Amino acid sequence: MEKETFTYEARGQILIIHLPRELDHHNCRNLRYETDLLLSENYISKVIFDFSRTEFMDSSGIGVLLNRYKQMAGSGGKVAICGAGAQVKRILTMGGVCRLIKNFDTKEAAIAD
Amino acid sequence: MRLEMDSLSENEEFARVVVAVFFSRLNPTLEEIDDVKTAVSEAVTNAVIHGYKGGRGTIFIRAAILGRELTVEVEDKGAGIADVKKAMEPMFTTDPSGERSGMGFSFMEAFMDEVEVVSAPGQGTKVIMKKRIGA
Repeated sequence: MEKETFTYEARGQILIIHLPRELDHHNCRNLRYETDLLLSENYISKVIFDFSRTEFMDSSGIGVLLNRYKQMAGSGGKVAICGAGAQVKRILTMGGVCRLIKNFDTKEAAIAD
Repeated sequence: MRLEMDSLSENEEFARVVVAVFFSRLNPTLEEIDDVKTAVSEAVTNAVIHGYKGGRGTIFIRAAILGRELTVEVEDKGAGIADVKKAMEPMFTTDPSGERSGMGFSFMEAFMDEVEVVSAPGQGTKVIMKKRIGA
């Protein structure tokens, strides 16, 4: 059985990416290709990374987030994070992501910003 | 504990979970478990991506407990690193796509008490990490 990785949700010009339980190098492999495709075919003004299912993340996740941030910043778009638990928050802080990308408790708050 | 596994990205999760279960006998806190899992994940990911360049190979993991101290070794017989000091600099990456953060060794050093890297071109890489549990 293929393990579930990413699911995508569109809300107007907002793309919400629901991240998998384990966000490591293995699970990050397809994200780049898939999001590049979605961003090239749709007008997206904000990308929200939803961590509410994620229990583990390492530096591979940081690489993915920073790359998406650069991509969106380049086209004047926004990036936000929601639903991060304790382990994910520590990694985000250590990776310097918290200084660049806004962190919200809920998806609704991230959409409303 | 000794574990030999194929250099496949699927095995990254398996490796960190095995080490976490191995040292659970020291009654670590959840934070200590996360620290070790993250460090192991970084070392194994390096072996898969840089050691074997995504190709076939064997990754060797050894773990031991002495008193309250956990030692974990992650070894590959792959490409090796010419300049270990440079490779360990924060944000240093050889990846041109920008998808790799270059924080792997920094995370290992942040989450473990000691990190030693033994490597030479063509000779593979061994990462030896130590952490005192309940310190």
